[in-house]
Amino acid sequence: MALLEVEDLRTYFKTREGEVRAVDGVSFSLEHSKMLGIVGESGCGKSVTVLSIMGLVQTPGRVVGGSAVFQGRDLVQLKGRELEDVRGHEIGMIFQDPMTSLNPTLTIGTQLTETLRRHLGMNKDQARKRAVELLEEVHIPNAARRLDDYPHRYSGGMRQRVMIAIAISCNPKLLIADEPTTALDVTVQAGVLDLLHELRSIHEMGVIIITHDMGVVAETADDIIVMYAGQIVEQATALDLFDRPEHPYTEALLEALPQVEGEGIREGRLRSISGRPPDLLDPPPACRFAPRCAYAGQDDCATVPPDLREIRPGHWVRSSHPTSERAAAPVGAR
Amino acid sequence: MLKFIIRRVAWTIPVILLVIFMTFLMMRQIKGNPFQVTERAVNEATQRTLDRKFHLDQPWYIQYAYYVKGVFTANLGPSLVQRDRDVNDVIKDHFPVSLKLGGLAMLWAVLVGIPLGIIAALKQNTKLDYAVMAVVNAGYALPNFLIATVLIYLFAVKWREHTPFPTNGWGGWETWVLPAAALGHAPMTFFARIVRGSMLETLQQDYIRTAKAKGLRWRRVVGLHVLRNSLIPAVTAAAPLLGFLITGSFIVEFVFGIPGIGRYFVNSVTARDYSVTMGITILLSMIIIFANLLVDILYGYLDPRTRDVRT
Repeated sequence: MALLEVEDLRTYFKTREGEVRAVDGVSFSLEHSKMLGIVGESGCGKSVTVLSIMGLVQTPGRVVGGSAVFQGRDLVQLKGRELEDVRGHEIGMIFQDPMTSLNPTLTIGTQLTETLRRHLGMNKDQARKRAVELLEEVHIPNAARRLDDYPHRYSGGMRQRVMIAIAISCNPKLLIADEPTTALDVTVQAGVLDLLHELRSIHEMGVIIITHDMGVVAETADDIIVMYAGQIVEQATALDLFDRPEHPYTEALLEALPQVEGEGIREGRLRSISGRPPDLLDPPPACRFAPRCAYAGQDDCATVPPDLREIRPGHWVRSSHPTSERAAAPVGAR
Repeated sequence: MLKFIIRRVAWTIPVILLVIFMTFLMMRQIKGNPFQVTERAVNEATQRTLDRKFHLDQPWYIQYAYYVKGVFTANLGPSLVQRDRDVNDVIKDHFPVSLKLGGLAMLWAVLVGIPLGIIAALKQNTKLDYAVMAVVNAGYALPNFLIATVLIYLFAVKWREHTPFPTNGWGGWETWVLPAAALGHAPMTFFARIVRGSMLETLQQDYIRTAKAKGLRWRRVVGLHVLRNSLIPAVTAAAPLLGFLITGSFIVEFVFGIPGIGRYFVNSVTARDYSVTMGITILLSMIIIFANLLVDILYGYLDPRTRDVRT
């Protein structure tokens, strides 16, 4: 049985202007100890997807349908208190901005031990001892001494390490990392990513890592999901996705990566994806990527919504014009 | 932290000196002097004796030096209007009354205002929130003499058979309730509004999402993570407010016939009791200064970020 099985998850935000379908029928599954990368531009629904799983969507957002079965229990159906027992205990989560994710008025020690005491029933001394071990595990120097410091004495990278320590403190089976390195200096990003992988293999956790940076998940994720406008547009193993991307959007994302070697490097220009992500209040009626797609316009892209189909074993794509079915060159020059 | 407190306390000394100087200067700008012939007929010899006794024959800076010395040795001089009483007596008699009244008003404001603010924030955009805020905003707009009058009319006149509250006077606890409520009403609504606002802001913070993601019980998320951060602005505003409340309110003391220092202060101005006016001004200033000192110390305790910056 899979560790996490998400089925047709739908999270809508009711606003004055209308209903925003931030997550519109997302399904995926994650096996034990595997790593899943969710990739996409800002606002594509990747964060809302995991917040929905955690039951942390803020009003006016609401999970309106679907299920997220974690170890046999549907998290979407769980009541508030039952969900609280799962959060931080069986599922740990870290967020994008470590500078604002820790409470500035409480010591690191307090913020670490409260989770241990809440879920594992430790007393104060046990929790403190464990907290020191955890800080050492995430490579904070002088852990025992730094336990009583407040967050403002920690740098961004160190705060993210503390967040990771909190997230793994109760040995969760699943760790969700929502853009864990986006707000960090490039120099410390690699360190935090390495730490995540190290801890994943030690604790045998399943990991969902959300990013808009293909590079972050390229080497380490087992599977990758590409999201666009609230939907999954491509889903495959990491190797297959990078070797043979099928969706025009995935292609464009990969082309937008800075090239360090190979042809084109001399041009010194970064490719970007033309246009903007669609307004989710009023998304394109059929294929949501059609207005930005270089291959759209040949047929019914604007009228028939494409299904997510398995183009080859384990490789799913939602497009009428996947790479391997494309014969001719694109209509408009890219 | 200790270093910070010592530094901060040391800084109050020049501030107090400045206040004394300003008060002294302003009082000297008022035309006339306490022994003007038109008001009190004294002969020239007596006048000279008086001048010498009160150092009025000396230049102003010598007078100022005498006054500063008096303040720092807790001797504020005699009252010029009430014979046989000096300023110290006036303060001793009337300040404790205002202190108690202000303290009770503050208690009322904190005990009612903060919970109201918390409830309104947690139930944001519900009928309960709207009801609380309607009462609070309406209350904020009403001046305290009106509230005092209404309270007297309702509790001490209309329902006098059912309540123990007298219309005026100062004695047992039953005489404290109405004035404390009247004086504490505006600060109460102030607390409710400020706490609601900062709670709503704190609830949106990333670290609250973290606290929820940790699976903490909602009670702890609100009681520790939200409250601690939301009360910072309330505390910052509370100490100076307490300073103003305990230094007396002319209006409330007047309406309820309470012998507090606020009423006495205003009376001393109209009676040209210079030394009393100056003495009370300096006392009130010192209380405000110390209230602010208290805020800074409390602030350092509540918000650890400020400790590093200011030591």
